[in-house]
Amino acid sequence: MAMPFFAPGTDPGPDFVALLRRAATPLPSELRGLDPTQVGHGTTCVAIRYADGVVMAGDRRATAGNWISNRRIEKVFPADRFSGVAIAGAAGPAIEMVRLFQLQLEHYEKVEGTVLSLEGKANQLSQMIRGNLAAAMQGMAVVPIFAGYDLNRGSGRLFQYDITGGRYEEADHTSTGSGQMHASTVVKLGWKPEMGREETIDLVLRALWEAADEDSATGGPDMIRGIYPIVATITEAGFEQVDESELVDRFRALIERLEGGEGS
Amino acid sequence: MPFYVAPEQVMKDRADYARKGIARGRSLVGCTFEGGILLCAENPSQMLHKISEIYDRIAFAGVGKYSEFDQLRIAGVRHADLKGYAYSREDVDARSLANQYAQILGQIFTHEMKPMEVDILVAEVGHEAIDDQLFHIQYDGLVIDESNFTVLGGDAEAVRERMSEGFAPGAALEAALGAATGALAGPDRTLSAAELEVAVLDRAAPRRCFRRIVGDELAALLES
Repeated sequence: MAMPFFAPGTDPGPDFVALLRRAATPLPSELRGLDPTQVGHGTTCVAIRYADGVVMAGDRRATAGNWISNRRIEKVFPADRFSGVAIAGAAGPAIEMVRLFQLQLEHYEKVEGTVLSLEGKANQLSQMIRGNLAAAMQGMAVVPIFAGYDLNRGSGRLFQYDITGGRYEEADHTSTGSGQMHASTVVKLGWKPEMGREETIDLVLRALWEAADEDSATGGPDMIRGIYPIVATITEAGFEQVDESELVDRFRALIERLEGGEGS
Repeated sequence: MPFYVAPEQVMKDRADYARKGIARGRSLVGCTFEGGILLCAENPSQMLHKISEIYDRIAFAGVGKYSEFDQLRIAGVRHADLKGYAYSREDVDARSLANQYAQILGQIFTHEMKPMEVDILVAEVGHEAIDDQLFHIQYDGLVIDESNFTVLGGDAEAVRERMSEGFAPGAALEAALGAATGALAGPDRTLSAAELEVAVLDRAAPRRCFRRIVGDELAALLES
C-alpha cells in the first residue's frame, strides 16, 4: 500500500471517505436485485436523555425474513469518546457505515488536530445515510440514532434520521427499528425530566422488553445463552458500556416485578 | 550548454542545504520510560504541533520546516487509517510506516530540486517495554532504529550527549521528562511549561495510546 500524497488542488483534506475514493480502495458498491429478506436486519434501539447525558440501548437479534440470522449482533457502538451510534436496518451496510463513521471522526481529529462539534458529527452521519439511498430503495435501509454529550453545552443530545439522511434532533428520547413503536410508547409513559442513571437504564430495559414481547424481530434477554442488550451511557466521562452483570440484576428485578403482577 | 556537476557535489550540496534548514529549528527528544514512550520538544507555539498522533500505538514527531513535516504527518495518518480500514487495526505498524517515509524522503532527496528540510521520528509503544520502537528518519531517507532515546534537530549532538548523561532506561515519567528537558535546555537555562510540547504514548491505554501533557499537569510534572 503506497503512502498517499496529493497535489494541493486534489487533496481530500480531513475527509476519510473522499480519501478512500482517491486511493481507489473499493467502496461498498450499490446493491441491486437483492431480496432484502435474504439479508440480516437489525432492530430496535432506544436512546434517552437524562440528567448526566444519554443512555443508548439496542437488542441483540438480527433477522432475515422470518429467520433469526444472528442472536448476538451488536447495534450500539461508540462513535468516538463522547458520542455513540445505534443502528437499525440492513445489518451488513449498517455495520460498515458505523465502521466508516468511526474512522471518519478519528481521521478528522488526527488530520485537523481538533475534534468535530457534535452537530458536525451528526451531519457527517446524515451524509453517509444519504449516500446509501439507492440501496435503501432496494430494501437495504439503514436508520441509525446518533447521541452524544455536547461538551460546549454540557448536556446530552439526540439525533434521529430517516432513510434519505434527514436529520432531526430530539429533545428527550427517540427509538428506531421494527420494535420502535412499542419501545417508544414505554419510554414515553415512563419518561420524566432529569432522571437518574439507574432509573433511565431500567426504563430502556423495560422498553426493549416490551418491544421484544410484541415484535418478533426484536430479541429479549436470553438468560439461557447469557445474551443481554447492549446498553451504554454517554456523559461528561465519555462513552461507557454498562456491565453485563448490572444488566442481569436489573432484568431479574424486572422479571420479579412482572411476576408480581405489574404489566402483562 | 549544461554544466557538468559531479554527483558527489550535488548530494553534498543538497545535504548541506537540508542540514542548514533543520539546524534553524529547535531540537526534540523521544525516549522510553516506565509506562511507554515520551516525546518532548522545545516549541513555543501551542497550535503548530511538532508531535502528533498517527494511530492507536504510533506517534509522529518532526523538526525542521513545519509545512514539510506536517505534509509527511498527514500522509502517515492517511496511510495508517487506510491500512487499518483495509486490513485490521493490529496490522498497522511503525516499521512499515518508517520504511514508507524513508522511500519518500530518499526519492525526494535524489530526484527533486530541493530536499525536504526535515528530521522525523516514528515511535510505536509495544505491549511490553521490549517491543517499544523508535525509528529516526533523516532528510535523505536514512532510517535509524534507535533504542531507549533519540534526538532530532539542529543541536542534536550536544543534546544527545547531555541526554545520555541524564537518562536511565525504565525511569518514571517525571525522571524521563526531567532528563529530556534538561538535555534540551542545556546547562545555562531552564525550560518552562509554556516553551515545551510534551506527549506520551501510554502503554496501558486501552486503544488510542497517544496523550498530550499540557497545562497544570505538565507544570506539576516539571516541578517534581
